[in-house]
Amino acid sequence: MSADELLREAERVMTICNACRYCEGFCAVFPAMELRRTFAAEELRYLANLCHNCRGCWYACQYAPPHEFAVNVPRALAALRRTTWQEFARPKRFSGLFRRNGLAVLAAGLAAAAVFLLWGALSAESGLWAARSGAGAFYRVIPYGAMLGVFSALALGALAALAAGLFSFLRQTGTKASEFFAPGHQLRALKDVLRLTYLEGGGHGCNYPDERFRHGRRRLHHLVFYGFLAAFASTTAAAFYDHVLGLPAPYPWLSLPVLLGLGGGLAMTAGLCGLMVLKARMDHEPADEEGRGMELAFLGLLLAVNGTGLLLLFLRETAAMGVLLALHLAAVAAFFALLPYGKFVHALYRWAALVKNASEQSKAG
Amino acid sequence: MSLEDPLRREDCDVLVIGGGNAALCAAMTAAEAGARVILLESAPRSFRGGNSRHTRNLRFLHRKPTPYLKDAYLEEEFWDDLMLVTGGKTTEALARLVIRESEDLGEWMEAHGAMFQPPLRGTLHLARTNAHFLGGGKALVNAYYATAARLGVEIRYEAEAVDLEVENGRFRFARVRERGAERLVSAAACVCAAGGFQADLAWLKEIWGEAADRFVIRGSPFDTGRVLRTLLTRGAKAVGDPRQCHAVAVDARAPRFDGGIVTRLDCVPFGIVVNREGKRFYDEGENFWPKRYAIWGRLVAGQPGQEAFCLIDAKALPLFMPSVFPPVTGRTIGELAANLGLPVGAVEETVAAFNRAVRPGRFDPARLDDCATEGIAPPKSHWAQPLDCPPFYGYPLRPGITFTYLGVAVDERARVLREDGRPCENLFVAGEIMSGNILGQGYMAGFGMTIGTVFGRIAGREAARHVRG
Repeated sequence: MSADELLREAERVMTICNACRYCEGFCAVFPAMELRRTFAAEELRYLANLCHNCRGCWYACQYAPPHEFAVNVPRALAALRRTTWQEFARPKRFSGLFRRNGLAVLAAGLAAAAVFLLWGALSAESGLWAARSGAGAFYRVIPYGAMLGVFSALALGALAALAAGLFSFLRQTGTKASEFFAPGHQLRALKDVLRLTYLEGGGHGCNYPDERFRHGRRRLHHLVFYGFLAAFASTTAAAFYDHVLGLPAPYPWLSLPVLLGLGGGLAMTAGLCGLMVLKARMDHEPADEEGRGMELAFLGLLLAVNGTGLLLLFLRETAAMGVLLALHLAAVAAFFALLPYGKFVHALYRWAALVKNASEQSKAG
Repeated sequence: MSLEDPLRREDCDVLVIGGGNAALCAAMTAAEAGARVILLESAPRSFRGGNSRHTRNLRFLHRKPTPYLKDAYLEEEFWDDLMLVTGGKTTEALARLVIRESEDLGEWMEAHGAMFQPPLRGTLHLARTNAHFLGGGKALVNAYYATAARLGVEIRYEAEAVDLEVENGRFRFARVRERGAERLVSAAACVCAAGGFQADLAWLKEIWGEAADRFVIRGSPFDTGRVLRTLLTRGAKAVGDPRQCHAVAVDARAPRFDGGIVTRLDCVPFGIVVNREGKRFYDEGENFWPKRYAIWGRLVAGQPGQEAFCLIDAKALPLFMPSVFPPVTGRTIGELAANLGLPVGAVEETVAAFNRAVRPGRFDPARLDDCATEGIAPPKSHWAQPLDCPPFYGYPLRPGITFTYLGVAVDERARVLREDGRPCENLFVAGEIMSGNILGQGYMAGFGMTIGTVFGRIAGREAARHVRG
């Protein structure tokens, strides 16, 4: 379906839901819907990004197919959500990356791997396959300046693209910057993000991967989310050690960067594997099948970042270090390069939608 | 082996016919008491649950607040509420039994998988009396089916009981049509919980004639009343007015069956209602809508062509819950009338007369305000405001049948009463098929589910007791 057709379908479904409202206890979408009588494109884009895909409303729906109303809220909103990410993406010329995202991620990953392996092979003193140890061992494979340059550029580029994406979200959902940046609304949204309030299904969990109410998905997502934060903290600590304290990597096992990185990496790996297992078992009817490639690519890429990172940590004293470092850096580079053009943006726009939700619900009282 | 063979083992201990709330409560209760239970649901799995799938809440007695119910709701108030809606048309012993046995029903339901939510916007007037199912009736039915399966109940979809063999008040077996084939299912006891007959169009026509062709059936197309009719022809005593049904005004564009909640229209108190001749026929502002919506089905059914049209103006549009179909619009009353296919002159005249008759007052949808008409018949007693704010909107209305009142007489142990008043020893009923014992007329939100749950449990318990001794 085209973006226009997806908008029309979401409008049709929301109009039926708004006359029913039985699902208002599940998540934020329905109370937000109840503040409206009609659904213009900008409101639908917002509602689509507010939906956490908990699927409570799918199993509870008296109008789900084969009923002639054929209401399928999770699918309608997930499909629309996917197209909104493409619309929000900046610079626009990269928005096409959302369309064949699985392929894009795979190509970026392979290209990055080739580049870093070649680079390592050319720049490492005694070739890639050689044991190295001691401070600065990594930089003897890929030089410090190059590493810093490449990753700073990728991270800054990703950050700028995400920021531009956020502003197009605000514009295309009719959200005023003043309401968005209000600290009170940000605080409430932060709580919803950190808790994943709307995967709690009113306290019983969400209907994922099947009809039963379970907390599994929320807990696995927490592992990934908090694992990601820990890994991010690990990188920050390492940067501080390196640039401020003048202590270059690798770090001993009992150091802040390694402990955070190891904990975060293990948590994320466990969470990602769990999410993949759930995804393999999930009911397909409420799913947006066209978005599947992007979701798997995102899980796969994160898993590659984690797997190579953990392997590098465990095998850093061996001759495999050089290859593993090149592969880890390649995965991280691909991750940053495609950060604004893949499933990662769900975090950005969900947060933005939750802030808008906090704002309008506080106004509604 | 013939069914006469005394050594023949029954197919099951308890056969439950029906697949909605009452049937599930009976099946779960009987299974918990140790009975082997088969449940026959005539619908396919995706439409299981009868009319229960369209419900939203249930009313029960409680002495203290719960996370999803405010304050207390005690027997006398409950009883008074029932008296108010039925006008005394009830069987006091059975009604009081339901009310008393409903005490803390929420806890039992939660123990069987039900989930509740506090009421949000829109249903706050029920916050003290009615517990709302998280996700509505279909979610409740899903939870009950899962629990029943876990308890070992054998669930058969698309299995319709087309006849019952009852001998001297004793159930022996059911004739069951299942995926094209017909077979007999025997049981030591049987619970019939298969609903009313509102989805049997031919039956409706027997009662209301051609007019029934224009009725919308709000609920399940599988509630054909076949089991009800079988019981009545097999000697069960009838109860409830066979000619009455609960009917509300729904959007005329609603599907013939199963439109459920979304086709209702709450605009009547904020506009005027005309028939196809363009004439008003009843006081639209007689009382609050929750107290009046249930008479409008019959009012519309009494109009030519069983149709009517609610007209409002732009200022009234935000005052009521949105409905599923967009209103027909017009920049002028005449244009609106034309777009609705109504006689333009007559509608213009009706609106002009109405607008002239509106007396000034302080409009307030939250109370019975003093905005009324003067000098026209019928009057509009409250919320009368001139239709003068374009654009104008119109909704076509038809009668929408929720359920029928005819049922089977029961005793306090849910046993079917025979025409001579004696109870059947192993034949039980629960739910809409017997709610006419208690709701002789009118309706009270969430009380059908209360009757179904309470009598479902009684029927399941008594059926198991009959089998197990």
